[in-house]
Amino acid sequence: MSTHSQIAGRLAHRRSRQRKEKLIELTLLSAALVAIATTLGIVFILFSESLVFFRQVPIWDFLTDTQWTPLFSDAHFGISVLLSGTLTSSAIALAIAIPMGTVLAVYLSEFASPRTREIAKPVLELLAGIPTIVFGYFALFFVTPLLQKIIPGLPGFNLLGAGIVMGVMIVPYISSISEDAMRAVPVLLREGSYALGATRLQTAFKVVVPAAFSGLAAAYILGISRAVGETMIVAVAAGMQPNLTFNPTESAATVTAYIVQVAKGDLPHGSLGYQTIFAAGLALFLITLLFNLAGYWLRRRYRETY
Amino acid sequence: MNAPEAKPDLDSLPIKAEAKQLNFYYGAKQALKQIDLPIYDNKVTALIGPSGCGKSTFLRCFNRMHDLYPGNRYEGEIRLYPDDVNLLASAVDPIEVRMRLSMVFQKPNPFPKSIFENVAYGLRVRGLKNRTELEDRVEQALRDAALFGEVQDRLQDLASNLSGGQQQRLCIARALASEPELLLFDEPTSALDPIATGSIEELIHALRDKVTILIVTHNMQQAARVSDFTAYMYLGELIEFGWTDDVFFRPKQKQTEDYITGRFG
Ligand SMILES: Nc1ncnc2c1ncn2[C@@H]1O[C@H](COP(=O)(O)OP(=O)(O)OP(=O)(O)O)[C@@H](O)[C@H]1O
Ligand SMILES: [Mg+2]
Repeated sequence: MSTHSQIAGRLAHRRSRQRKEKLIELTLLSAALVAIATTLGIVFILFSESLVFFRQVPIWDFLTDTQWTPLFSDAHFGISVLLSGTLTSSAIALAIAIPMGTVLAVYLSEFASPRTREIAKPVLELLAGIPTIVFGYFALFFVTPLLQKIIPGLPGFNLLGAGIVMGVMIVPYISSISEDAMRAVPVLLREGSYALGATRLQTAFKVVVPAAFSGLAAAYILGISRAVGETMIVAVAAGMQPNLTFNPTESAATVTAYIVQVAKGDLPHGSLGYQTIFAAGLALFLITLLFNLAGYWLRRRYRETY
Repeated sequence: MNAPEAKPDLDSLPIKAEAKQLNFYYGAKQALKQIDLPIYDNKVTALIGPSGCGKSTFLRCFNRMHDLYPGNRYEGEIRLYPDDVNLLASAVDPIEVRMRLSMVFQKPNPFPKSIFENVAYGLRVRGLKNRTELEDRVEQALRDAALFGEVQDRLQDLASNLSGGQQQRLCIARALASEPELLLFDEPTSALDPIATGSIEELIHALRDKVTILIVTHNMQQAARVSDFTAYMYLGELIEFGWTDDVFFRPKQKQTEDYITGRFG
């Protein structure tokens, strides 16, 4: 073969390779676009359907009314009624999940032997893989009866039991992200602490946790989003009665529980009652968005500089 | 080189610490072999030798850093004077040892805290809570590390905002705050530019009057500039030890001479 034809062959080969790479790039790009388009579509529907709702119900009433009775003839649309259920159950869940998840992460990252870690991690992943409906029935049929022994008069559906179980469900999410963040803290920083005479416990809480702060914040934000958006556990175990309360021993509907209730009910599409679920969904979306933005800001503000 | 014209007799110099028949093993791998080395009081001793010869390993025996990882094993002794304890004895708590010795690492490793809290860390770990005493000792340590003037009006700023050289001086201040009996340096300037290196070298030189120093360095000029004594190691063994100018200009061992002339270029 002459040099000339060799070069021509190589050029043709390179052109075909470039074409192939272009094709792969386009495939990947379209996959990414599908995800973005879906998200945009959801947001668009939420906003446009809510707009229909807000044409009939003033936003001010939506935000300030203290009753939520969309199906009554005297209809009221006070979202705070549903939000109180969401906030109370989420607060209980996070009061359990954040400390437990953090302590578990500190233990796994700083204290556990590699063997313990090898056993504990898959078990936690298993916990994260249990369908939430199972957690819901666990709350209803196991945790609530137990709580009723301690708190007489606790109703069968209550925010406390649902919140506790939701907290347990969220623990593995928080611990696994927190642990990753803590294990990413350089050995050099830990050794700096040990070299000054610190114990393992002091090193873990005074150096490793602050150094992993932005990762921990990300874990907590994810936990909050999970709690606020969790549906099955609260729908099954907290009751479906809209109830403006911050008392965990009462039964109340959360935003999510209300949405399932209406979505699977037999309200005609397009009725005002049906339209409420979009407004409620929008409120939920804005709350999680707020937390995600806060998380983003926290991560930027406390970005690790080791 | 800091050795006076007429060098005192070694036997007359007080010794701060001494390695005796020291062996060290990473699992089955022996990294230090039968090391005998005195560390003279209020002097700077430099450890030199090719990469992988065991300098860091030796340094980290003094403050029992190897205890942090499983499978490591010491044999022999490192005695600390005047109380004549064996730092490596299994009855001695490594945390107690680290309370008495301090270490400065190869790369600056300030904690993600304020400048003040970085220096106060060791004191807090030792249970010191009194605010005025903490402030006094932090200031003193920063002065000793020649950093106070540069940071005095931003003690509450994050330490990570300092330049690399300042961060390393902060780490020195942090190490000095607890008034260590022996200060260990593992290539403290290897991540710094020549100007920052110069100021750290001056600092080490000046600190000699306050504290006994053991420093690992790759840089021959640095060893020559800052140290009184030099130890040359090769493949886990101590080949030669003596006054720095003797080791550099009148080495007894052919190996030492080859290494030093090779490195000086
Ligand atoms: N954690 C460890 N496990 C097993 N072997 C190790 C470990 N750390 C170091 N070693 C080995 O021990 C020997 C001495 O290493 P050491 O780090 O003390 O050398 P050094 O003289 O400090 O080198 P350098 O100048 O490159 O820092 C080397 O052969 C190294 O590979
Ligand atoms: Mg080294």
